[in-house]
Amino acid sequence: MNGMALQPVVLWSDALLFVLIAAIVALVFWARRQDALRAAWGRVLKDTMAMAAATVLAVFVLIGLLDSLHYRARLPAQPGAEARYAVEVLSALDALLSDLRQRSEKTYSAPLATHLFAREALENSTQREFPRLKHGGAHLGADLAGHEFDIAVRVSRGCAGGLVIWLLLVSAWCRWRGVAVVEMLKVGVGGPAIRAVLLTLLPILLLFGIAIAVGGGYHVFGTDKVGQDVLYLSLKSIRTGLLIGTLTTLVMLPLAVLLGILAGYVGGWVDDLIQYLYTTLSSIPGVLLIAAAVLMMQVVIDTHPDWFATAAERADARLLALCLILGMTSWTGVARLLRGETLKLRELEFVQAAQAFGVGRFAIMHRHILPNLMHIVLIALVMDFSGLVLAEAVLSYVGVGVDPSTISFGTMINTARMELAREPMVWWSLAAAFSFMFALVLAANLFADAVRDAFDPRASA
Amino acid sequence: MSILEVRDLAIHIRAARPVDGVSFDIAAGECFTLLGESGCGKSMTALGLMRLLPAAAQVVSGSVSFEGTDLLALPESHMRDIRGGGIGMIFQEPATSLNPVLTVGRQIVEALQLHAGLRGAAARARAAELLDLVGIPDPLRRLDEFPFQLSGGLRQRVMIACALAGSPRLLIADEPTTALDVTIQAQVLDLLDELRHKQDMALLLITHDLGVVARMADRIGVMYAGQLVEEAPRAAFFAQAAHPYSVRLFAALPDAERRGGRLATIPGSVPAAEVRHAGCRFADRCSEVMAECRSAPPPWREIAGGQRVRCFLPGAAPAVAAGVGAGDTAAHAETRPLLSVRDLQVHFPIRRGLLQRAVGAVRAVDGMSLQLMPGRTLALVGESGCGKTTAGKAMLQLIRPTAGSVQLDGVELTTRSTHELRPLRAKMQMVFQDPFASLNPRLRIGDIIVEGMQALGGGKVGAGGTAAKVGPLLEQVGLRAEMASRYPHEFSGGQRQRIAIARALAVHPQLLICDEPTSALDVSVQAQILNLLSDLQRDLKLAYLFITHNIAVVDYLAHEVAVMYLGRVVEYGSADEVLPSPRHPYTKALLAAVPRIDGAQSEVPKLAGDMPSPANPPSGCHFHPRCPLADDACRQSYPAETRFGATQLVRCFKAG
Repeated sequence: MNGMALQPVVLWSDALLFVLIAAIVALVFWARRQDALRAAWGRVLKDTMAMAAATVLAVFVLIGLLDSLHYRARLPAQPGAEARYAVEVLSALDALLSDLRQRSEKTYSAPLATHLFAREALENSTQREFPRLKHGGAHLGADLAGHEFDIAVRVSRGCAGGLVIWLLLVSAWCRWRGVAVVEMLKVGVGGPAIRAVLLTLLPILLLFGIAIAVGGGYHVFGTDKVGQDVLYLSLKSIRTGLLIGTLTTLVMLPLAVLLGILAGYVGGWVDDLIQYLYTTLSSIPGVLLIAAAVLMMQVVIDTHPDWFATAAERADARLLALCLILGMTSWTGVARLLRGETLKLRELEFVQAAQAFGVGRFAIMHRHILPNLMHIVLIALVMDFSGLVLAEAVLSYVGVGVDPSTISFGTMINTARMELAREPMVWWSLAAAFSFMFALVLAANLFADAVRDAFDPRASA
Repeated sequence: MSILEVRDLAIHIRAARPVDGVSFDIAAGECFTLLGESGCGKSMTALGLMRLLPAAAQVVSGSVSFEGTDLLALPESHMRDIRGGGIGMIFQEPATSLNPVLTVGRQIVEALQLHAGLRGAAARARAAELLDLVGIPDPLRRLDEFPFQLSGGLRQRVMIACALAGSPRLLIADEPTTALDVTIQAQVLDLLDELRHKQDMALLLITHDLGVVARMADRIGVMYAGQLVEEAPRAAFFAQAAHPYSVRLFAALPDAERRGGRLATIPGSVPAAEVRHAGCRFADRCSEVMAECRSAPPPWREIAGGQRVRCFLPGAAPAVAAGVGAGDTAAHAETRPLLSVRDLQVHFPIRRGLLQRAVGAVRAVDGMSLQLMPGRTLALVGESGCGKTTAGKAMLQLIRPTAGSVQLDGVELTTRSTHELRPLRAKMQMVFQDPFASLNPRLRIGDIIVEGMQALGGGKVGAGGTAAKVGPLLEQVGLRAEMASRYPHEFSGGQRQRIAIARALAVHPQLLICDEPTSALDVSVQAQILNLLSDLQRDLKLAYLFITHNIAVVDYLAHEVAVMYLGRVVEYGSADEVLPSPRHPYTKALLAAVPRIDGAQSEVPKLAGDMPSPANPPSGCHFHPRCPLADDACRQSYPAETRFGATQLVRCFKAG
């Protein structure tokens, strides 16, 4: 029997992510038909800062999505045997970055280095030397004098490549809109927002070009303790961050909305109960609560190895459980906000008019309260995203975050922290994690700001 | 010698021109009022004078000269001395214009330090003097109280004391009594008038209330769409207003003489500030419009005695004839009451302590009884906080009464569960006060109107069936059927109130409880809504329970009147008997406090003080602490009902 070249694997988190994407697409189509929503999002689309931030976010999401297409490669066929697949679960991103993934060194090496970071006793010598890297700068051979020139050439080649792709993109866009390229760059046809998108794409494409050109011969961000390429680790961390940010809000939001509205509208003992619940929850130190839950969950996972076919599945289960735990503990803030707003809305006359018609409680909550809370929900959602990406890093640093085998910003920082005390310092793991997280969180925050402004009823009045 | 000269003041907010060339003078000691409906640019003019405009607004031309100084050219640091020192300002809302976390004394002393250079004990002594001057009893104790410990009327007095701290030569008062009850309004107006004469202070009074104008003004400027359209001394203005807009403002006022007739309305609404005008700004709404009105802006024309008008009409505008009325809208044949309320009580428990035990109760409604016949209008009158609105909601069972009985068409409501009440809800509906809060901004007009039908029809009505009914309903309240697909924010206040009425009518009620349905609207729009309500009463035989504090509306609309004080009805009877000859001292004072447009002052003593808290009502007759006639009997027991004439019931020992 002749099997396929690869066997697709759908992890739970992949499935949830794709469902989420589908839901967002559906929401967009729904929102296009709602006048108020369309107007508000129209304001976001016209905001140059928002569109620049959205472009950066889109690049991150694209990388995250590529990293969510998982598969198991087929092992070299044994004659007569059934097709067998590797134990290791890879993603489309791994396939694209297979060079980076496979070219691991022995241990630390600095960015763009040709030698390891630490001296070692060489086999046929008594001296301790910096050994040559297996891959970084290997193409130079013995001629190390050309190192810097080679890097400069690669950088300019990368820049040129990025620029060419960008120009192709711009001219394709111009052809589609039927305007001349020069005119486009001069006056920004299609509005300042489109120009902001294109101008943001330029540095992104240049960086991509440089990373590809230089990364072909060197480790752009160096290597970590076990010799893995740090650029590869950073790119792989994006998916983890995005998943934690989005799936957690997905767990948190229904809880927060339901409990917040119930507490505010129904009042009485329901309100007392929900308030009691969230004051109790939020008075336990967050990290402690999460640590306890994560450790319990870890025990459950460890005692049931039969539940998971591969290590990737186990790590994935742990990631999902972390999202669940974070969601269960972080709904209190939003719920409190929504309760307060509901208390205000409940006294408004349109709610009383509905009560005078004998409209049922749940119908009022659904028709009159919830739609008037949606702007708060949306703002809370986008604002919480960046907070959660950062929370994952902190938790993994403390050691209660994702599975150690899952690559994330937190685990990167955690493994690098000991080396900060070393002289000379190993700084690149931290720096890489920092810059990627900074770009992701900054873009998310700027976008959230623009969304909040667009949905502010006072500004739109 | 004028103290303030404003010349061609123009204020623009991007494309909008809320103030577009306004000129007027105010002499020392004079009271000049700016009169007009909302959106005419009155407040913007005042803020422009003080240079307190919002960031987006800017003065593009004109000059403001105060005692010979050009205010618009002053550097900001000098302007701060003028504000408070030369020109004082008081605002509409006493609840928000004082800082809630500072004592009253601190706030007055702050103004004294800035403008009078007083410090320490001297400043405190002067602050106490000022409080005494504005008529606050026990000023030394009040200095150490916080704004929340004071009632609305006292807060407004404190605001006035703050404004007086710098001994201003001009006081700008922007709707200073709009948020206050009539009895308190009368006190504050008296105070302003007295201070003006005592201190020879000029007063720029901004108001939309013709009664206040008649009470206070020396000269009047009528503003319309960013311009002054008429300027006149008070006597001339009230004898014969010259501009068609002014004439219509008078004609739109409801009162007893117009009962059964239609109020004159002004078609359309004030044009948006973005609109550019080739001719007269009022042309589109004017029934005397001529060709030249549309081509060129009318110039100022002197009439006589200082009255001038911006209008092409020779002479003064003709009076507006009252339209053919709905006639007497009351139905007489019925004998069984539609709504019968007996000993209704609504108490809200006051909870204190860890276990939230009830330690007392706010007696919002404390034993009220009334009856409403089908097809008639009962007005429930009283000051704010007397329990009118709570009573209305308790009758609808939106708030469950503590005790008493409410019968609708012979069916007891108070004992029914929420579920059992549902079929009865179609018979009684409510129209709310604030047209901006009473419509869900996220629903289309059609959905808003259909909601009641669906809720009460048990969802059996098909979508097509209900949608088809929305059109005729909208037309019934004077809107167009195609408006069903729009959202509430696209409508003006008056249109929203029509939508709210259509929503209530959708379920064919027999009783409509109207909670101050016109208090948030301008006079001309109020007239439209009142006309609509009387038409509907005639056509549909609706009964109205009309909750209001506006006596003029009661005069115009009501068949029966119930006057409420501190949760109880103190006087009840037909409008024809109660309003001309009130018997309860409270009713007398309430009617006397209403500023009249003929400017006549009544001899009935004005009410002193405020309404006591319903959590702790006075012993005996609730009214005795404010009553000029009270004696020992009044302090000991609550008076029983005494009947006068055919219908008048009064709870007072002294009535006679």
